[in-house]
Amino acid sequence: MKEQSQMGMNRTGVQMSPLDTHDMQNALPESKRPPAPGEQTAMAALRTSYIEQADQVGSIPVPGTVKGALSTGAAMLTGNQPQLLIDKLGERAAFERGGTRLYDALITKFEATEDNTTSMTLADLQKIRDDEARHFALIVSAIESIGGDPTAMTPCADVTAVESMGLMQVVNDPRTTLAQCLHAMLVAEMTDEVGWEHLIVLAEDNGQSQMVNDFTVALNDEQQHLMQVRRWFEEATLGKAISSGVMVDDVADAGRPLH
Amino acid sequence: MALNLFSSKGTSLDKQRFTWRDMVGKPISKLDDDAFTRVRIILMNGLELESLRFQHMAARMQGELRLPLAQIRRTEQHQATMVNWLLGPDHSPLETTIAYEQVAIEVTAAVAQREPDPYFAQLYRFGMLEDFDHLYRYSALLDRLEGKDANNILQSYTDILPGRPTVEEHRAPEDDVRRSYDPKTAEPLTKLHALMITAAEWQTHDYYMNIGPLFSDPMARQLYAEIASIEEQHVTQYGSMLSPEESVLEQWLMHEAMEAYNYYSCVQAETNPRIKAIWERFLDYELGHFHHVAALYKKHERRDPAELFPTDLPEPVAFESQRDFVRKVLKQEVDLRAAGTEIVEKSKESQASIAYRNHLNSEGSPSETVAAGYIWSPGTELNRKVTVAV
Repeated sequence: MKEQSQMGMNRTGVQMSPLDTHDMQNALPESKRPPAPGEQTAMAALRTSYIEQADQVGSIPVPGTVKGALSTGAAMLTGNQPQLLIDKLGERAAFERGGTRLYDALITKFEATEDNTTSMTLADLQKIRDDEARHFALIVSAIESIGGDPTAMTPCADVTAVESMGLMQVVNDPRTTLAQCLHAMLVAEMTDEVGWEHLIVLAEDNGQSQMVNDFTVALNDEQQHLMQVRRWFEEATLGKAISSGVMVDDVADAGRPLH
Repeated sequence: MALNLFSSKGTSLDKQRFTWRDMVGKPISKLDDDAFTRVRIILMNGLELESLRFQHMAARMQGELRLPLAQIRRTEQHQATMVNWLLGPDHSPLETTIAYEQVAIEVTAAVAQREPDPYFAQLYRFGMLEDFDHLYRYSALLDRLEGKDANNILQSYTDILPGRPTVEEHRAPEDDVRRSYDPKTAEPLTKLHALMITAAEWQTHDYYMNIGPLFSDPMARQLYAEIASIEEQHVTQYGSMLSPEESVLEQWLMHEAMEAYNYYSCVQAETNPRIKAIWERFLDYELGHFHHVAALYKKHERRDPAELFPTDLPEPVAFESQRDFVRKVLKQEVDLRAAGTEIVEKSKESQASIAYRNHLNSEGSPSETVAAGYIWSPGTELNRKVTVAV
């Protein structure tokens, strides 16, 4: 089993190099030090000017129904903001697709580490993974039902993918523990739950009763996922620390100043 | 102990083989490994990339050398991969940037003190003070954008202070071209230094050009644009130190010697045994390259390569904090400027550079904006604010 993070020769803090740190802080005489906090109004002004002049990330693909191409037989969108539904459907599709890959990575990590600190089983993970894949397929059908293109990347899908990059990096890093990966999954699941809730509201607003029904089932799945991931995360962190105490690797060296 | 290039034949080319698993090994720990292990990794990647770049240019000019160039280049490619892939994925691009500037400061400062030619030593000191300021500006960005302390990367080896202000480093091209060494009279170390630092700066330039657009923050995008421009100036300065009078084969031989000298230096200094084994392996590879090219040099130029390296190579590069030297240079030379090929007092700076800079900075200076009122404090500027507030 892969061990949890241990205490050791972490060199990043100033306590590891008190002499050099003292030198660094004394390099600038007190009289020459600017008052804290530093001046950041110019930076805010620069950012503001870019925000004011910025284009959007991109556009929402127009579905056939809005273009008037009703030959698809797709249901009309009746809400005030049909484009928002399309954007958010695209976001959910991307998130569920990415979530499936996150669980693929977590399954590999779980099997490789043979971590038994949680009540999580391979069957549990496989079920959630399959739920995510099924939810992706559900969203694809929903987009198609209103004449949309499920292969298009909507602006919210794009931005959400930027958000999720860190999660993918954490879960796929061979060095991360299962507990660290579960923390990343918790971020994903918490976001996912809220995402489905909002999507149901939007579907209702647009008169999409089939979507409301289907998405409510998906939301129930996601609520179950969140509860499970949260429990596993707590077992992997709190449970371990309380039952075993903190593990120390090479106590003699750890914390000894280096320079 | 110094290295003699002719004392070992190294690993022959046909035995320099890799697998993907070999190349993509375990990365270093950002948290636990010594900062100088990362300094060496970044430097050696830069030297390998320089080899690739040079050898491609050489192949364009020397048809008969294309095959041996392609053969050695393939190994250099895989060496570069194995070295660069040692950087852990938990380094954000900006954290890696901090590490790049630490390389630029510490290695250039070490070189400046060893450089036998006073003109070139001054050029290294001149460039070093500019990279020193870049570290300060990027540290402010790291603190104010990501909420991180640059010293987590630097490990207290390198000061975070203003140097020659980046806003004033922008010069007209004619004030960045320097005199080159005379290949007949320059000491081997002068040639090795010029190649090393040119390589390191070029790598830094290319890195900033690649990662600058990855940032969403306009402040970061502007700062990378500005400092990448200075790195281009640095490549111009250091690159012009290299002599155009050396033949392609002589330059190639010098590249291989430079790589061997640096891997040897890494072997001497490395504290991580796993990484040290890589340096030892690649020292042998580079000695193999050196002897392969030395044979070509004899064959094509009918000259003895030992003439270029009459004695042992100099003492290894000193991979250690150069704080005292850097502070002394900062105090004495921060106000120096460049005019033509010379380093001059501020009052003698060329009007061409002043005009060039005034236009570039006329819509604001990213390096000034990002670091306005910034002072490094352990645990970030926010930690200092809390302290002051209490």
